[in-house]
Amino acid sequence: MRLDRRAVLTGTAALMTVSVLPKSFASAAIDDSVARWLAQILGPRGEEPTFDSTEHSFDDILSGQPIEEGGIALDVPNVAENGAQVPITIHVDSPMTEDDHVTAIHIVATRNPTPGIGTFRLTPALARAEVTTRIRLAEGQEILVLAELSDGRVRRVAAEIAVTLGGCAT
Amino acid sequence: MSTPRIRLPRSAAPGEVIEVRTLIDHPMITGLSSPEPRDMLERFEVTVNGAFVFGYDFENGSSANPTFTFHLPLDETSDFVFTWTHEDGHTFVAEGQVRVG
Repeated sequence: MRLDRRAVLTGTAALMTVSVLPKSFASAAIDDSVARWLAQILGPRGEEPTFDSTEHSFDDILSGQPIEEGGIALDVPNVAENGAQVPITIHVDSPMTEDDHVTAIHIVATRNPTPGIGTFRLTPALARAEVTTRIRLAEGQEILVLAELSDGRVRRVAAEIAVTLGGCAT
Repeated sequence: MSTPRIRLPRSAAPGEVIEVRTLIDHPMITGLSSPEPRDMLERFEVTVNGAFVFGYDFENGSSANPTFTFHLPLDETSDFVFTWTHEDGHTFVAEGQVRVG
């Protein structure tokens, strides 16, 4: 995963917000509720996911689906003062043409009461696959970001965010 | 109170990429950790001249007073419609126009 020059400069200069070097998704701790959520948003439509253990690897969930590590830049704070309002900007490398564009970007929490944060729906009408919103984190944790591409590929990245004051309203 | 606020340029050159910012005042109460009943938006959608361009499905980890920023090029004068749909089905709608050329 590359970190561009602007992100490095911004991260070095900023006191509160730095660009986080994304972690390997494979290292993410995926518990049962997170695995079920991932299967629901990414797996075969209309099928109830079934798991017989509480530990899952990501590859179990998306068996057969091509997955790419990286290709997504995240701009999130290393340390969020207020877990109720954590800013996040996601940029997926994509030409955003009719033939090759990002169709969805999912944000998933690994240690919230429920894993779902939200899903962006994108179209080639957009100039770039770059979106900004704010999310709720009940405590410091790893977040997962997955991008679905128009040809069926899925990209994934993870980032660790520490939280000073948890967003209790989740 | 769920007043939407939109930031759009008034005009743009043909092909110019504009930034769109949106904000709606909404508590986004999940009902999981408070005695208050659940009060959540479900979906946000943006159309330009009638065509869907951008959307968001809200889940429990979406913040109160949700904001969005995205960018798109405009080739002609564009009428934007922004719709937030609550889980109970009612909608909040905002509109805007960017003149092009």
